[in-house]
Amino acid sequence: MIRVLEPGLLSTIQDEGRKGYQRYGIIVNGVMDPFALQVANLLVGNDIEEAAIEVTLTGPTLRFEEETLIAVCGADFSALLDDKPLPLWRPVLVGKGSILNMKFSKKGCRALIAVAGGLDVPVVMDSKSTYIRAGIGGFKGRSLEKEDILPTNSLSLINQKILNLIKKQSSASTGFKTVPWSISEVFLKTEYERSTVRVLKGRQYDEFSPDSQKLFWSETFKLSTQSDRMGYRLDGPVLERKVSTDLLSEAVAFGTIQVPADGQPIVLLADRQTIGGYPKIGQVASVDLPILAQKKPGEAVQFEEITHREAQQLYRKREQDVQLLKIAINSKIAF
Amino acid sequence: MDYTLHPLSDQTVAIEFPQKIDRAIHMKIRQIGLLLDDKQPKWLIEYVPAFASIAIHYDVKMLNLQTPNDLPYDIVTTELTNILQELNEIEVEAPRTVKIPVFYGGSTGPDLEEVAKHNGKTPNEVIDIHTNGEYTVYMLGFAPGFPYMGGMSTDIATPRKNKPRLAIPAGSVGIAGEQTGIYPIETPGGWQIIGQTPLALFNPENEEAPTLLQAGDQIRFYAITEEEFHNWKENGK
Repeated sequence: MIRVLEPGLLSTIQDEGRKGYQRYGIIVNGVMDPFALQVANLLVGNDIEEAAIEVTLTGPTLRFEEETLIAVCGADFSALLDDKPLPLWRPVLVGKGSILNMKFSKKGCRALIAVAGGLDVPVVMDSKSTYIRAGIGGFKGRSLEKEDILPTNSLSLINQKILNLIKKQSSASTGFKTVPWSISEVFLKTEYERSTVRVLKGRQYDEFSPDSQKLFWSETFKLSTQSDRMGYRLDGPVLERKVSTDLLSEAVAFGTIQVPADGQPIVLLADRQTIGGYPKIGQVASVDLPILAQKKPGEAVQFEEITHREAQQLYRKREQDVQLLKIAINSKIAF
Repeated sequence: MDYTLHPLSDQTVAIEFPQKIDRAIHMKIRQIGLLLDDKQPKWLIEYVPAFASIAIHYDVKMLNLQTPNDLPYDIVTTELTNILQELNEIEVEAPRTVKIPVFYGGSTGPDLEEVAKHNGKTPNEVIDIHTNGEYTVYMLGFAPGFPYMGGMSTDIATPRKNKPRLAIPAGSVGIAGEQTGIYPIETPGGWQIIGQTPLALFNPENEEAPTLLQAGDQIRFYAITEEEFHNWKENGK
């Protein structure tokens, strides 16, 4: 059980999203940073797709009402656990009554807090993700509020093994109950510290003027203040479409870059509508969605062209890396 | 009828038909949906039908990839092309007709007068034209269970409001340009609101059929009185 002492700016329960219902107009939701969710879950011994708490810019303060294991992944919030700086990207033991104060993000925009066993909220249409506008999923279909009490599931064998390992290994010298291993910095740097976001040409790319095509790759675009989980509105050079025919609305995807009539692109993200009618100039490669998810309003992005083949190969490699991570963690707890 | 395949993302392929709103294209897209329901390829996450295309989200993990050079898209499109060869054998059942009761005008249909004035008609004439039409649901989107319908008479077409309203109540029936639609949940919007239905278009508790309408449905509207509307709202019928 977790008690919400302060909710933070926007803290919601999200998993990998509500898949299979877009044909009914029901949006996917889910985490903005799927990589951070997967890793956070693996670190505490959860299934990779278990729901976690996604926190934004200013984080919540939570009290854990029983001993458990957590992992915080994604943006670097200057989080404190019982007033001591919390290490990121590793499993940490939290004692009964411990208080996690997420404070605010120093670098990046969103972090995920995975809890061993997962959050015990109803599965609505195959997902625990919060769909705020429809008032379904997550905790009572809304973002967390002060004094909410989030039920958690009891620990599985794997959760318990990691917890036992931590109890055995943690030394008094570090002062923290964690393990002597974490996700490698080098690995994280390659995942998050690219200066550009790789993008495939969109279906209507060829309909944009040659100048606009050039500007799309050469200029930087700034995330406007109207950027949220639904999409990022970008400020930059005006992108001009040569043809004026209206398009028929059709399906869009996580990371689709649309250009409305004002020529300022919008990147569609986790809370996107199921269909869209604006021309699509590009599509963010799945492996770079976490980079985008960690941008804050006011920050800039630059796009770099990638082929569909490369994007698919990188995605396959990412999936393999996550599997290898799972194997590595399992080997640590084999004894 | 010719279709083409295109990558929409690195995990999605779109089957595209000629870009027009057309009953024959709509039927093909319904057939593809039924065929995929029947075949259930293991890599299929979901399909999303639209006016002239259908997007297929696939799970790269579920593909039988042998060498590092194998491209998920190639495997999916090859299997998809095989599946689509059976397209003409799929029979589409006759569409359902769904009758939607609407209380036109009043405080829940504040723009009925404006729609009438714009088209040089009386409010009753607008109601007659709206209830005489037979509409096809081409797809759902914008909000859970929101139907994109074709078939409205151009005699009552009216542009969107200059200034969108911040909150349009669930059940509101509106007109935007040559389209008519129903708001399933309260959302902001710029449609001309001519009435409200007491029916719930979005029922998240019913996971098998979370929405009242589905792509392919035929819709008829019929007028009810204010009293009938309130009774229905209170008693569920």
